[in-house]
Amino acid sequence: MAESVVGAHADEAPDQDRRDFIHIAAMAAAVGGVAAVAWPLIDQMNPSADTLALSSIEYDVDKVPLGQQVVLLYRKQPLFVRHRTPQEIAEAVAGDHADLRDPATDASRVKPGKAEWLVLIGVCTHLGCTPGFDGGNLAPGHYGGWLCPCHGSVYDTSGRIRRGPAPLNLAVPDYVFETDTKIKVG
Amino acid sequence: MSGHSTYEPKTAVERWIDTRLPIIRFGVDLMDFPTPKNLNYWWTFGGILAFCLVTQIVTGVILAMHFDPSGTGAFSSLQGIMRNVDYGWLIRYIHTTGASMFFVAVYIHIFRGIYYGSYKAPRELLWLIGAAIYLVMMATAFFGYVLPWGNMSFWGAKVITSIVGAVPVIGPSITTWLVGGFTVDAPTLNRFFSLHYLFPFIIAALVGLHIWALHVPGNSNPLGVDVKSKSDTVPFHPYYTVKDGFAIALFMILFAVFVFYMPNALLDTDNNIPANPLQTPAHIVPEWYLLPYYAILRAIPDKLSGVIALAGAIACIFALPFLDTSRVRSMRYRPQAKLYFFIFVVDCLVLGFCGAHEPNEQVIPGLTTFNLLDSDLNTYVWLSRIAAAYYFVYFLVITPILGLRETPLPVPESISSPVLSHPAAPPAGATASPEKKG
Amino acid sequence: MLRKVLALAAVVGAIAAPAFAATSSLEPKVQSWSFNGPFGMYDQGQLQRGFKVYEQVCSACHSMNYVAFHDLGEPGGPWWNPKYPNSNDNPWVKAIAAGWPRQVSTINSDTGDETHRPPTTADVLVPPFPNDAAARASNGGALPPDMSLLVSARDGGPNYVYSIVTGFAAPPAGLDVPPGKYYNPYFPGDVTANWHGTGPTPPGGFISMPPPLTDCKVTFDDGTPCKLDQEAKDVAAFLQWASDPKMDQRKQLGLAVMIYLFLFSGLLYASYRRIWRHVAH
Repeated sequence: MAESVVGAHADEAPDQDRRDFIHIAAMAAAVGGVAAVAWPLIDQMNPSADTLALSSIEYDVDKVPLGQQVVLLYRKQPLFVRHRTPQEIAEAVAGDHADLRDPATDASRVKPGKAEWLVLIGVCTHLGCTPGFDGGNLAPGHYGGWLCPCHGSVYDTSGRIRRGPAPLNLAVPDYVFETDTKIKVG
Repeated sequence: MSGHSTYEPKTAVERWIDTRLPIIRFGVDLMDFPTPKNLNYWWTFGGILAFCLVTQIVTGVILAMHFDPSGTGAFSSLQGIMRNVDYGWLIRYIHTTGASMFFVAVYIHIFRGIYYGSYKAPRELLWLIGAAIYLVMMATAFFGYVLPWGNMSFWGAKVITSIVGAVPVIGPSITTWLVGGFTVDAPTLNRFFSLHYLFPFIIAALVGLHIWALHVPGNSNPLGVDVKSKSDTVPFHPYYTVKDGFAIALFMILFAVFVFYMPNALLDTDNNIPANPLQTPAHIVPEWYLLPYYAILRAIPDKLSGVIALAGAIACIFALPFLDTSRVRSMRYRPQAKLYFFIFVVDCLVLGFCGAHEPNEQVIPGLTTFNLLDSDLNTYVWLSRIAAAYYFVYFLVITPILGLRETPLPVPESISSPVLSHPAAPPAGATASPEKKG
Repeated sequence: MLRKVLALAAVVGAIAAPAFAATSSLEPKVQSWSFNGPFGMYDQGQLQRGFKVYEQVCSACHSMNYVAFHDLGEPGGPWWNPKYPNSNDNPWVKAIAAGWPRQVSTINSDTGDETHRPPTTADVLVPPFPNDAAARASNGGALPPDMSLLVSARDGGPNYVYSIVTGFAAPPAGLDVPPGKYYNPYFPGDVTANWHGTGPTPPGGFISMPPPLTDCKVTFDDGTPCKLDQEAKDVAAFLQWASDPKMDQRKQLGLAVMIYLFLFSGLLYASYRRIWRHVAH
């Protein structure tokens, strides 16, 4: 390089230039620009506006016989609508005082005065399988609710996690009773 | 790679890696690559093209996440991208504008190569690989143009696949294989989508070869003389990373003007109508970057001959290193060649202009001259015939003969000599021996 | 440098020159629009008026299959309101969907029978006809084009729509208008076969759509006088929005990007000059 050096700054090696403020500013601007470009490229992977707009369903819970449940498709996932028997409700309320992993009262998981209707998102909070109904099984280690076939998480008649690897209760979605028997989920 | 490596592993880990997979050495050598110090801004288009390729692949992969390559779903999935996907409009407009920007840059890159004789020994293979990239780019652009499945997409596909059908004997079979039906239809769209996704990676592989072939002889330069000593070169980084970076930033300004303020200027209004096999758009024109070839195709009123001319026009680009007989690389020292070159550039623009017009439209409105063969002389078909003739004459007659007959100006002995002895333009007789200082 | 920019501009300019075809229709009347120019934005009041024209007049025949009710409340849309970032909660949008004159066909999940339900904000503006064949059958064989992309699909854009709607003219003496058709000098076509008058063939063509708007065909809630010209301009602006709903965002983001790019180029140029200052080249 030396032979082509002209001017007064011959003592400065080109290497030192890189530490100049102007280079740092240009590099910072480049990094900032790349970061700004990255956002739209990531944001486009979020659900699109038409997907988000299609996210509520209505259902007439009167169609579910006592002691049965109906599985609906809600946001591409199973939604349990269970018509609980008085015995199931009693078991659920009794469980309020047990040693719960994810404490919640049964009353907080249903709508006031509608304790017979339990609406749950049917996705195990462990790794996402759909739990099957445990058929009122009250043998030791069972709580009469749901049993996940994948890794044996056991839920009670309020959908609360009682045993197994799942960390949280089955989720209760946002829903309202639009009429006495018609629910709107989402 | 030419030259010896300057990389010295400093730590034990670097040494461990270097003896197993010298990837750090590869990167360091790439950045330190000795590059002629006199490259002008026309040389930045290589870097700009790399930027274009990366932009197209990144935005294209994202668009494919939302695109439905089916006859019934393509058009509406595109509307979903434009209306519902977060920033979908931005990504699609970058992709559509990017296609045009890619061609702007590649044409400048090609003309730069012709002007400065960058295709001459020992860089013939470099040129051939580049021409192959250009060919695959055109195919990719065509496949991409079909995907929105608008009416212009549909009829463009129909016309182009028919061109292939003009090839004797095998042509009709190839057309059938391309379209996968009685005519262009949903299966065509689906296979074009597959190929449109594949081809950019072929381009990327060819670009790898192109850069490899570049790094064997090293860059040519505006003077067209070989690098004689280390004083003729500077390391690629930081000298050319910053220069290319600056040029890319300027290029992005032009790019952004189109993306944000006139995104539809380079698109066709007819493509906002869904594909309709019963209604041909009033004016079928390809995208601007293919217009010169389209003009050559239409200049000849015979299907097969037109297709042969079209193929010949592309073949000329491939053959250029073997047609040029001049020993002087840069046209800076070839005044006559320079003149014919600039006429050639204008000629290509005229061909593009002709391609955008109806063949029997008048060039000068309202002026009727006389009928020659099949049409009036004052029509675009005749203008494109004259322009097409010059196109072929330039490659097949002027280039070989001029190299043998012309008297070039004296060429400097090295890159450093004209710079140091005559800081302004290289004057005639710049034959002084290179000055060595220090 | 300047040479390069000029050369680039020349290449782009020369090649992008549109292919002007020798159509026989009149050039659209050029209007001034709020969305013209690099800083032009949609006029929300105008979009709301234009939507009303579409809803009350155009939507009787023209579908809008790519515009959903919730689009009306997205940023830049006629009913965008920062108080309702999720346009599905926007009360105006919900009211429009609930009050839409047509229902969405669906399947009764209990019986499997075909039935109808009121539209929700997730639905597209429910079209007047279930399919193209039904649309043709009701319109004398002509298909009223979908309006979601009408403006982008026509040379002249909103000026074209405005010119067609306001451009219906009495046919000149000597021009036979076929039954069920209307003469419009701005509509592309060729009337030569029906021309028996003297002089050159009149411009334009025959359109199947009767003149859709008249003075006070639609009244505006914001007190804007209900002149034909106003209705035509407003509906053209609304259709421009429908074709390009992200324009406001695009231009806003564009301004930020341009400022950034100019600063970034300046920094890079300074950096370039500094790195190269010792090299004679």
